[in-house]
Amino acid sequence: MRDVAIVAAGMTRFGELWESSLRTLWADAARECLKHARVDRVDSIVIGNMSAGQFVGQEHLGPLMADEIGMTGVPAMRVESACASGGAALRAAYFEVASGASDLVLASGVEKMNDGGDVTAVLASAADQEYEAYHGITFPGLYAMIARAHMAAHGTTEAQLAWVGVKNHRHGALNPRAQFRLEFSLEAIMSSTLVADPLRLLHCSPVSDGAAAVLLCPLDRAAKYTDRAIKIRGSGAATGTMALANRQDISFLDAVHRSAVQAYEMAGVGPEDIQVAEVHDCFAIAEICCLEALGLVERGLGGRAAETGETALGGRIPVNTSGGLKSKGHPVGATGIAQAIEIFEQLRGEAGKRQVRDARIGLAQNMGGSGGSSVVHVFERV
Amino acid sequence: MSGIVGYGAFVPRNRIRSEEIANQWGKDPATIERGLLLKEKSVPGIDEDTITISVAAGRSALSRAGIDPQRIGALYIGSESHPYAVKPSGTIVAEALGIGPELHVADFEFACKAGTEAMFVALSLVNAGACEYAMGIGADTSQGAPNDALEFSASAGGSAYIFGKKETLAEVLHTYSYTTDTPDFWRREGRFYPRHAGRFTGDPAYFKHVLAATRGILERSKLKPSDFKYAVFHMPNGKFPLAAGKKLGFTPEQMETGWLVNTMGNTYSGSSPTGLAAVLDVAAPGDRILITSFGSGAGSDSFVLQATSRLPVRRDLAPTVRSMLDAPRRYLTYGQYAKYREKIILND
Amino acid sequence: MPSPRYWREIPARFRLEAVRCKSCGKVLYPVRQICSGCRGEDLAPIRLTPKGKVITYTVIRTPPDDFLMEGPYAMAIVETPEGARLMTQVVDGDPEAVAIGTEVDLEFRLVRKEARGGILCYGHKAVPAG
Repeated sequence: MRDVAIVAAGMTRFGELWESSLRTLWADAARECLKHARVDRVDSIVIGNMSAGQFVGQEHLGPLMADEIGMTGVPAMRVESACASGGAALRAAYFEVASGASDLVLASGVEKMNDGGDVTAVLASAADQEYEAYHGITFPGLYAMIARAHMAAHGTTEAQLAWVGVKNHRHGALNPRAQFRLEFSLEAIMSSTLVADPLRLLHCSPVSDGAAAVLLCPLDRAAKYTDRAIKIRGSGAATGTMALANRQDISFLDAVHRSAVQAYEMAGVGPEDIQVAEVHDCFAIAEICCLEALGLVERGLGGRAAETGETALGGRIPVNTSGGLKSKGHPVGATGIAQAIEIFEQLRGEAGKRQVRDARIGLAQNMGGSGGSSVVHVFERV
Repeated sequence: MSGIVGYGAFVPRNRIRSEEIANQWGKDPATIERGLLLKEKSVPGIDEDTITISVAAGRSALSRAGIDPQRIGALYIGSESHPYAVKPSGTIVAEALGIGPELHVADFEFACKAGTEAMFVALSLVNAGACEYAMGIGADTSQGAPNDALEFSASAGGSAYIFGKKETLAEVLHTYSYTTDTPDFWRREGRFYPRHAGRFTGDPAYFKHVLAATRGILERSKLKPSDFKYAVFHMPNGKFPLAAGKKLGFTPEQMETGWLVNTMGNTYSGSSPTGLAAVLDVAAPGDRILITSFGSGAGSDSFVLQATSRLPVRRDLAPTVRSMLDAPRRYLTYGQYAKYREKIILND
Repeated sequence: MPSPRYWREIPARFRLEAVRCKSCGKVLYPVRQICSGCRGEDLAPIRLTPKGKVITYTVIRTPPDDFLMEGPYAMAIVETPEGARLMTQVVDGDPEAVAIGTEVDLEFRLVRKEARGGILCYGHKAVPAG
C-alpha cells in the first residue's frame, strides 16, 4: 500500500443554514477544497452522509454531487455509517488511494438536517429500529443510559459532564466556522433544560447543516498540490453491538477501543504520542467514554480530565480544539471530515487562536449510533 | 360437570377521585359520593386498552389453570372498547397468550354484558364437547363523556375465565339469559362517547333485566337467595346493584365481596366478571355464588356457580382483585386524566 | 412501523421468545441464528420470564413525534432472570423513581400507534414489581 496524504481541505460554516440546500452545501465545501489544490478533475468522489433520504428525501448522492460540480462521469458514491459516515468516507477514500486504484480522491461529508424533518426520529434510525427505536428511545436517551452506567461504575459527576461543554465551548468560541461561538458557564450548563436525565440541552450537540471535504493523493505526489501535506499514518474501524442493551459493559465503548488499537498499530504510535485529538462528543458523556476507549485518559477518569483542564487547550492533551460537535456543530455526515480538517489545520499550524503548539501527530475519532461503529485516523505532519 | 378451571383479573394502577372530577365541573363531590356511592375509579394508562387488560387477565387465568395454552380451542372477548373497529382484539390476545392457531376467536359487544356473553359462549362450547377448554374475557376501557354522569363511573379493568370439564375451581350449575330490545344506552358508529336515556336506564332497563334474569335462574335452579354465600350484580354505580339485590332478597353481606364499584368504578364488560373474580379470591369449597350481568340494549346473563376444593389450592398463583384495588395506586389530576383518556383532541 | 415489519416480530414482542445457546449458555433476545457469544448454531427456544431488574435508565423529556403524548417517560435496559436484556419503557409510576437495580415486572402494553389510522403496535413495558 502507498502512503497517502491530505493536500487540501474545504468546509462550510456549520449551523442552521436556511438558505443552503443539501447540494449547495456540499458543492461549497468541495469547491473550496479543490480550489486550494488548484484541481479541476478528480479520479473519484466519496460522500459521507447519514440520511439525506430521510432528512430531505434525497438518495443517490453520487451522481447528484458529481453533476453539481461539473464532474459528471467521475465515479462517485455515498458511504453510510450513521454519525460516523464522514470518517467512513475518509477511510474508503484512503484505501482507494493507498491501493493504487486512484490517485486523486475527494473525501467528503454532508448533512442537511434543518429542513423540516422529525430530526429525533431520523437520528433514532441509527439505533436498532425493532428493539430500541420501536420502544421510544432517542439518541440523547441512549447516551443518557451510558452516562448513568458510567456514573455508577466510575463515580462520574454531573459537574464533570458539564465541564466537557464548558471546555468545548471555550474552544469553539475561537472557531469562525462553529455553530455556537459562545462560552457557557458551568452553572448555565448545569441548569439548562433536561433532555434525557442526566443529559441537559447543553450536554447535547446541536442540529446542524454543513459540509466538509478533503483531497487525498499519494504522499509522493503531494508536493504537486501543497507544500504542507499531512500524512494519514493510520486508519482503524470497528463495530460494536448495534443495541446498547447487548453491550456487556454499557459504560465502555468497545468499537472505539478496537478502532483505536487498529489505527495505533498501523501508525506505529500509541496514545501517548497523540498531541491533539478530535473525538466524537455528540453528547458530553461520549467525549468522556471516547477518551477512555482511545487510551488518551485512564479508564474511569474521562470526567476528571475535562474538570482538571487536562484536555483543554494548553493542557496535557487538548481535545476538540475545534469546539467539538458540541460547539462547532454536528451535521452528522460531515462531522468525520470536519474532524480531520481540524487536525489537518492543527498539524499545518493554521489553527489560529486554537493552535496547539508544535503539534506533529494528531487523531480524529468519529462514532456512529450509540457506539455501534467507530472510525479512527492518525495524522502526521511530514 | 363443566366449570371454571382458571380465572384472572386486571385493574390498571391509575385512579381518579370522584372529587377531582366533580371539582372540574363545579359539581358537589359529597352528592356524587353519597348519591352514586363512587369514591374513585380506575383509569387506563395511555398504553392500556381492552387488549392489554385481556392479556394481563388471561395470563393470570392460565397461571391458575396450569394448562397448556394450546389446549384452548376458543377465545372470546367481550368489550365495548375494542381498540379496532375492524380487526379482532382476540387474535392479538391469543398470540400474546400463546393460544392457537387451532382456535376459534370472536370479539363480542353487548354494552356492559359482553363479558358474560363471552363466558356464556365459551362455557357452552365446552359443554357441547366442541373444545376441551375455552376462554371468555370481559374487559373495557370504558368511555364516559366529559361532564356526563358516566364520567364518575366509566373505568378500566377486566377478567378472564377458562372453562373446562376437569379440575374445575368452580362448577357452573346453571345459566339463564333474559333479553329484550330496550334502547337505554348506546353509542353509534364513529362516536367517541355513549349516550344514555337518563332515568330510563333504571327501572325499564337495569332493574327489569337484572331482576328477571335472577328470578329466572333461581326458579330454574330451585334455589333461594339464602342458599348462596355470595351474589354479584352488574355495577353501573354503587346504588343499583345493592338496590337490585335487596329487592331480590339478598343481604349486604352476600353482596359486599363482589361489590367493587366504589373504588374500581364501572369496568363495563369487565364489571360483574371482576366482581366474580373477587368472590373466587376468597370463596370456600362448597360456597354457592350467583352472578347476574346487565348490558344496555338490553339483557342480563345469570350464572350459578359452586366453588370446589381445588379453588383454594390454585388461587394464590395469580394476584387477587383486592390486591390490585388496594395496592399502591397513582392518583391523577383531571388534566392528566384528560390526557390519558385522549379527551384532549389535537386538531391535526 | 409498517404492519409487515411489526408482524414479523410478534413472537418476540408478544411472548418474549428467545433462544439459549447450547454450547455457551448465552441467552439471545431477540432470536438469532448464530450465537453472539460463541458463534454456535445449536440454539434452544426459551420464553423469557416477564420480570427483571434495571441495568441503566433515563427519563425521555424530548420524545420523537410518535411518543409526544407520553412524555416524559422513563426508559431502562432491563435484565431478565435468564440474562437477556431488553430496552423498554418503565410506566405506571413516577419516572424519576427508577434507578439502577429497580425490580420490575414486564406487562403487555400498547407501545405505539401508527399515525393516520395506522396499526396499533404492542409489546412489553416494565412496571413496578408487585
